[in-house]
Amino acid sequence: MSDTTMDKSGTGKPGFLSAATLQKAVAFVVLIALVLFFSIFANNFATGANAVGIMQATAVNGVLGVAVTFVIISGGIDLSVGTMMTLTAVTAGLVLTNLGMPLPIGILAAIAAGAFMGAVSGVVIAKLKIPPFIATLGMMQIARGLALVFSGAKPIYFNDTPSYSLLSPESTISKLIPGVEIPNGVMIMFIVAIIASIVLNRTIIGRMIFALGSNEEAARLSGINIDNWKILTYAICGGICGIAGLIVSSRLNSAQPALGLGYELDAIAAVVIGGTSLAGGRGTVMGTIIGAFIMSVLTNGLRVMGVLEEWKIVVTGVIIIVAVFIDIVLRKRA
Amino acid sequence: MKKTLMTSALALGLAFGAAPSFAETYFPIIAKGFSHQFWQAVKAGAEEAAARNGVTITFEGPNTEAEIDKQTDILNAAIAKNPQGLGFAALDSQAQVPALQKAADAGIPIVAFDSGVESDLPLTTCTTDNVAAAAAAADGLAKAIGEEGKVAAVIHDQTSATGIGRHDGFVNRIKEAYPKIEIVDVQYANDAVKATDTIKAMLQANPDIKGFFASNEGAAIGLSVAIKESGANIVGVGFDSGKSQKDAIMEGTLIGSITQNPVGIGQCVVDSLVKALAGETLPKVIDTGFYWYDKTNMTDPKIAAVLYD
Repeated sequence: MSDTTMDKSGTGKPGFLSAATLQKAVAFVVLIALVLFFSIFANNFATGANAVGIMQATAVNGVLGVAVTFVIISGGIDLSVGTMMTLTAVTAGLVLTNLGMPLPIGILAAIAAGAFMGAVSGVVIAKLKIPPFIATLGMMQIARGLALVFSGAKPIYFNDTPSYSLLSPESTISKLIPGVEIPNGVMIMFIVAIIASIVLNRTIIGRMIFALGSNEEAARLSGINIDNWKILTYAICGGICGIAGLIVSSRLNSAQPALGLGYELDAIAAVVIGGTSLAGGRGTVMGTIIGAFIMSVLTNGLRVMGVLEEWKIVVTGVIIIVAVFIDIVLRKRA
Repeated sequence: MKKTLMTSALALGLAFGAAPSFAETYFPIIAKGFSHQFWQAVKAGAEEAAARNGVTITFEGPNTEAEIDKQTDILNAAIAKNPQGLGFAALDSQAQVPALQKAADAGIPIVAFDSGVESDLPLTTCTTDNVAAAAAAADGLAKAIGEEGKVAAVIHDQTSATGIGRHDGFVNRIKEAYPKIEIVDVQYANDAVKATDTIKAMLQANPDIKGFFASNEGAAIGLSVAIKESGANIVGVGFDSGKSQKDAIMEGTLIGSITQNPVGIGQCVVDSLVKALAGETLPKVIDTGFYWYDKTNMTDPKIAAVLYD
């Protein structure tokens, strides 16, 4: 019990075999177990092509999960990540297709749009003192509405920018290392995760985010400008949503304005399964990626086995509850 | 140019002719959604007919096609405005009957569209025969794979009338008419990304699938992306239109698709309401039609007019 208090009052950075590390390890074991289970019981599951398929199905949820991990560790929540992703995809569409700008500007615009909208959420939360749940619930609708308005409620296609549709499905790494057919969208997820992990564990930004989530009052009393760090946290989250927007719209060769609702819950589920505490102050990016993989392996495996979609949804729900239960048990023991 | 001028003159004449009697006429049209391309096309048709008949309309719908309660709120608000007529596409064929009863009691004529209502309250229903349309998709798919082999389908939802109708239309047609075709799997996915991943997993489980049916625009986009990504050599058949799907058919990723007539549905709603106010009796159901389209007839003016981007 006393260790829990220590963890709360300290920086909250996970040490060796801390609860977060332990649950991450548990999550990893679950992932391996699922892969083994489906490899044995589902015909045609264990093939290279299916592995690539699973990775591709993980990319968007994984990146959104990383985005919301930042916010959740800081003690907040962001319900707008799904529709924010859509809004950034539409932004890329406007810049590339409607304005005819070059590809790098489209990419930057999507990420900047996400970061800006995230910062707006941050300001609303930090300065207007609106609870994060409410502020981002509002932002979820605002982003969804703006995506529909800006696109005229029609998909925007990237046919004039052929290189855009290759961004996510193409596999650059297979040209460098023959045989490794991992699509760029998946590589982008891994790169985002590695950079996010470094930022969270090795930089002042990370230390501040953990401090906010562990004990906001203590952080304030020690002279930290918590408002600014909060705004930055939501801006980072929004910017990463922009990357997810690029991956999804590149894969579909179109920005689909009606997409995205419900994606926030999948992202939060991945974070929770990966061992990040919804109470804040504790969590890892790699756990989130493992969580996202658990969800997509489960979905893919059950589909390959021919299990009904309805039951797949039930099983995903059970997994989320079990994950949080493990979290509670580990926190009591730690 | 001359033709355009003539039609506008005609439209203007009609509008003027109609204007005096319908000067104050207002019809709220309540759809199942508004952000989907399909509903935008219905809206365009309704607006065209409204301008032609000189009536005012509003076009509303809930955010997603699962929000039955929100749609009921929109319906109640519309009835409270005492309109001269009401167009309604029910998200649930039974749940909203009490609200419609209120409209009927107030003497407001009701025209249902897209999905029917299980009651006698609507004067007519402007709709696509989804069962027949999906059966036509099954025929197109069967022909393309030589009437034998394994096929599968991904349907956009389990509960709506269109989802059920297209599922039954496809599955029953294959079972009844093509004994050598086996349906190995039917799954559900409600957006393009989820459809892509679902279809890839299904192809993974059944590598010998020869043909695939996708039951709406999102599912069809997913089907073409899945075929491209997996490199599977299968025949894909879609439903509805949209630029992605049209492109996929032009480049051969999908072999063909079924289009409804959304513009016609929109026109039918407004025209039927105008006729009802004029005292005409309407048939119980007005089939607004559907077409099989593929590379060969996409530019046919009759088809091109009902396809949307």
